Amino acid sequence: MFVARSIAADHKDLIHDVSYDFHGRRMATCSSDQSVKVWDKSENGEWHCTASWKTHSGSVWRVTWAHPEFGQVLASCSFDRTAAVWEEIVGESNDKQRGQSHWIKRTTLVDSRTSVTDVKFAPKHMGLMLTTCSADGVVRIYEAPDVMNLSQWSLQHEISCKLSCSCISWNPSSSRAHPPMFAVGSDDSNIGYGGKVQIYEYNENTRKYAKAETLMTVTDAVHDIAFAPNLGRSFHVLAIATKDVRIFKLVPLRKESTSSGPTKLEVQIVAQFDNHNSQVWRVSWNITSTLLASSGDDGCVRLWKANYMDNWKCTGILKGDGSALTGSSGQPTAMSTVVGSSLQSQSAFNGMSAGRYFFPSLDSPRVGSRYGHLLPPPSLIDNCEAEPIQPQAQPQVQIYRRPSRALLPLPEAEGH
Amino acid sequence: MEEVDVEPAVTNIPAAGRGKHLGFAWGPGDILVYETHLKPKEAKGPGSPFIHEVQKDEDIYSPILRKLFNESHHIFVGLQTIRDDLPSKNKKPQFVSVSKNYRSVIRACMEELQQVAVSSQDSQKASQYENQVSILLAIELIWNLCEVLFIDAAPAGSLLLHLLDWVRLHKTDDDVKMRDVLQSESPAAHHSYWDVVVSYVLQGRLEETRQMLVKQANLQPAAKKMYRLMDTLLSKMPFYNPSGNQTLTEFDVKWRHWHEEIDRCLQDNSFASNQHLETICKILSGDVDTILEHKNLLSSWYHFLVTRLLYLHPTVKPTELHFYAQTSLSMFLETSVTEPLDSILLAAFEFDIHQVIKDCSIALSNWWFVAHLTDLLDHCNLLTSHNLHFGSNLREFLLLEYASGLFTHHSLWQLAVDYFDHCPEFGRVYLELQIERVPLDTERKALKVLRICEQRQMSEQVRSICKIMAMRALRNNRLGSALSWSIRAKDAAFATLISERFLQDYCTKGTFSDLDLIDNLGPAMLLSDRLTFLGKYREFHKLYGEKRFADAAKLLLSLMTAKIAPRSFWMTLLTDALPLLEQKEVIFSANQTYELMYCLEELTSSLNKTVPSPDQPMQDDEIEVTKVELLRLALARNLAMAIVKEGTVEA
Repeated sequence: MFVARSIAADHKDLIHDVSYDFHGRRMATCSSDQSVKVWDKSENGEWHCTASWKTHSGSVWRVTWAHPEFGQVLASCSFDRTAAVWEEIVGESNDKQRGQSHWIKRTTLVDSRTSVTDVKFAPKHMGLMLTTCSADGVVRIYEAPDVMNLSQWSLQHEISCKLSCSCISWNPSSSRAHPPMFAVGSDDSNIGYGGKVQIYEYNENTRKYAKAETLMTVTDAVHDIAFAPNLGRSFHVLAIATKDVRIFKLVPLRKESTSSGPTKLEVQIVAQFDNHNSQVWRVSWNITSTLLASSGDDGCVRLWKANYMDNWKCTGILKGDGSALTGSSGQPTAMSTVVGSSLQSQSAFNGMSAGRYFFPSLDSPRVGSRYGHLLPPPSLIDNCEAEPIQPQAQPQVQIYRRPSRALLPLPEAEGH
Repeated sequence: MEEVDVEPAVTNIPAAGRGKHLGFAWGPGDILVYETHLKPKEAKGPGSPFIHEVQKDEDIYSPILRKLFNESHHIFVGLQTIRDDLPSKNKKPQFVSVSKNYRSVIRACMEELQQVAVSSQDSQKASQYENQVSILLAIELIWNLCEVLFIDAAPAGSLLLHLLDWVRLHKTDDDVKMRDVLQSESPAAHHSYWDVVVSYVLQGRLEETRQMLVKQANLQPAAKKMYRLMDTLLSKMPFYNPSGNQTLTEFDVKWRHWHEEIDRCLQDNSFASNQHLETICKILSGDVDTILEHKNLLSSWYHFLVTRLLYLHPTVKPTELHFYAQTSLSMFLETSVTEPLDSILLAAFEFDIHQVIKDCSIALSNWWFVAHLTDLLDHCNLLTSHNLHFGSNLREFLLLEYASGLFTHHSLWQLAVDYFDHCPEFGRVYLELQIERVPLDTERKALKVLRICEQRQMSEQVRSICKIMAMRALRNNRLGSALSWSIRAKDAAFATLISERFLQDYCTKGTFSDLDLIDNLGPAMLLSDRLTFLGKYREFHKLYGEKRFADAAKLLLSLMTAKIAPRSFWMTLLTDALPLLEQKEVIFSANQTYELMYCLEELTSSLNKTVPSPDQPMQDDEIEVTKVELLRLALARNLAMAIVKEGTVEA
């Protein structure tokens, strides 16, 4: 793992959220400077800011993309008690030439009386639905009935969670066996108030969301919450950022046909890590949920992975080295050192790795050392112009194709 | 299996360390990291304004390794098609050949990397390439040993021959030295001459040893007898011939006989006057101390192991290897610290396949090796099943990891599809999750992705891709493309919406765009009412254009009477009827004219009910009124003509 490039975000204040679009070709950033910026990735992998505009009259906490089936749509939420929906419009051709795109506000959702702490689109199979949660303890679910007219949003559900809400996550499962479900976390730090994670499930009959479960074991403030992609399993996996990182398994219990209440869930803890030493602020799964990332008060991002025995381990750490790049534009000056130092940890993403080289580097062979022979013979180099298929022309090929009793000559790799 | 505790790799991010937080966002192949303060109440003061894109291992971005991925993909797919029902005896040669194919791809890749490393001007790049070469060398070394021990599973006798080949194949520095010696003016006087000879002996390359010794013997006529004796000893050393009809016991007897002869020579001090020949003789006798004196020529404990077996236990059984390997390792190495490679090879000699795979996954930066080797070993039925908590196994786990890595690459993702296809448990779900994230940069790429999904009946992904493309086309005002994508997605609502756009466009411009598409809708027309109307309406225009007025008139009328046309469009349709009514000959029959009149009255009565909005300009209204009056007049005239005509015909 290595820092491939550093992007000068050019926000005038703290960045609060960065969000990739569904295909990973665009990203949106939001900041305390009340603006949102949209970035597009070019063919060569460079990021270009194609739009930047003031979105709110307070810090923008979160920014998130709608599924591309609904077009290019962003939602943001802010300290200014509102959430907003933005749509990119295909602009004038000279806009495009300047590499700029145009975003217009489609709606402002003003129902909250306090800071809107999180905003998430519901899974796409439910249609274009937006969920917000706010410090006043209310989760609101809005729907755009006409996806071609994003200025109309109706407040479909208002769910009071009684505790100041900090985060929401939708269960992404689109299986018919699983009714729509979301989890909401509270950052209320009073342990006496009980469980800080509530699971709500949609009931077809009442057409309302009802609480299915409260995770009673999570009594400390919860800062982030994330359902894992379902992978076709019968159960759900939920990661929670609280005073530590926790992974829960939620197993729906068989429902009695007569019962109309929400599905009962059996809650099992799968893993719990306190490596961040203190509060954990963010948790998030990769696409296939083979890796979980978390960020905490230790200033690190940690990557967690289960091996094939379902043992969870920290497999990588991203750590600030104290050399914060400064400057507001252009390529950072420290780039070369960044790239240089990266080679040692190229494999952390793969889940298993060693920070050391597997084999000693080639440029310092120890004579007579155990690995001396692993050096490729110089003859490999001398004859690089020679036709590699002809053993006569290339003595070293004989090495591989010695007339041997058992080992058949290797097939011609060159012939492929 | 024990878990080896490996410290997680730390990646430094050029951001402030303590007291700040790192925010992050997962991307398809990378993770974005930025400095921030996640405690909302304390969030103050600007942080570092940089966002850092942290990538996974860069191996897949190496153009040379890409060849490795591409070619091994072919071998992998071929391996999956080897039939399960063949008796395992018949499959073994196939598996061995697959294994050799994999290794030859590694070798080819290694040679290419070595060439670019040497020709590279950039020293940092060069060392990166060299690093990759050393990793590939090790991979090939391990793979080769696994092939000998697990896949080929040679029995006693042949086992040693295979191990000898393994050592010779991977000990190439001797050949360099040998060429130096042979190319010098007098090889026998070369300072490396004896090193080369001893190396040959250590590797059991006795023919070459003899040829080399002849050069020396020619220089020393006085010692000719001694050299001749050595030559005889070397030529007489028996090697087991697995294809011959000699039994292992017969070979063993013969070998012991030869060994006694060597011992006799040592006792007789036959070579006492020549220390070099004495050394060779001692090696032949399997004198471990003498062999260990040549550590620099052996260069590795496993070479020592094979030499030791060659001259002491040529009929070693697979089950005994473990013991000899361990003792050789401790005899050869002064320090007890072992490198990952040592423990991997040792685990292989112990036939602990799982440990080999596990250690390799930890030590290597890439899943390529473990995924392919494990898959091959699994095909050989060598893996006891270690079930995952949700039912998958080690093979699938590793293949999924490898393929997921490939999927982040802009072109290699297509290879990954086949790997997912051969993962029965989770392959499909992984593919579904990954493939919908492939950026649909162009229509061509979208079609490519679509085809893969369609072949696998991934209907939800097919629908989603078409919907995304339809939405994008619509946003860019490419109505034709939007319509054909939404027909493909079978998205009725969207097809309706786009049909509306087409009709709106027609109303404002008076012409249709994308005629090809609309003319060839076929049964797809039935997807939505509005689309049906669009298709039929266009058909009317065609009939009209072809001057088939009667058919056109009939169709036009049916669009209204069968309620296919939306009410909002009736006025347009009636206006379209106007020129037909004005023709000299009667096109609408009396009955048809009545129906047209009925439609007009229904329309105007419903229009009158709605109070005209005050802000609507009067002009529009006046035009409407004139239009209606014109229509009424035309209808009345046509009715008259039709009655007259019909009356005449009947009479």
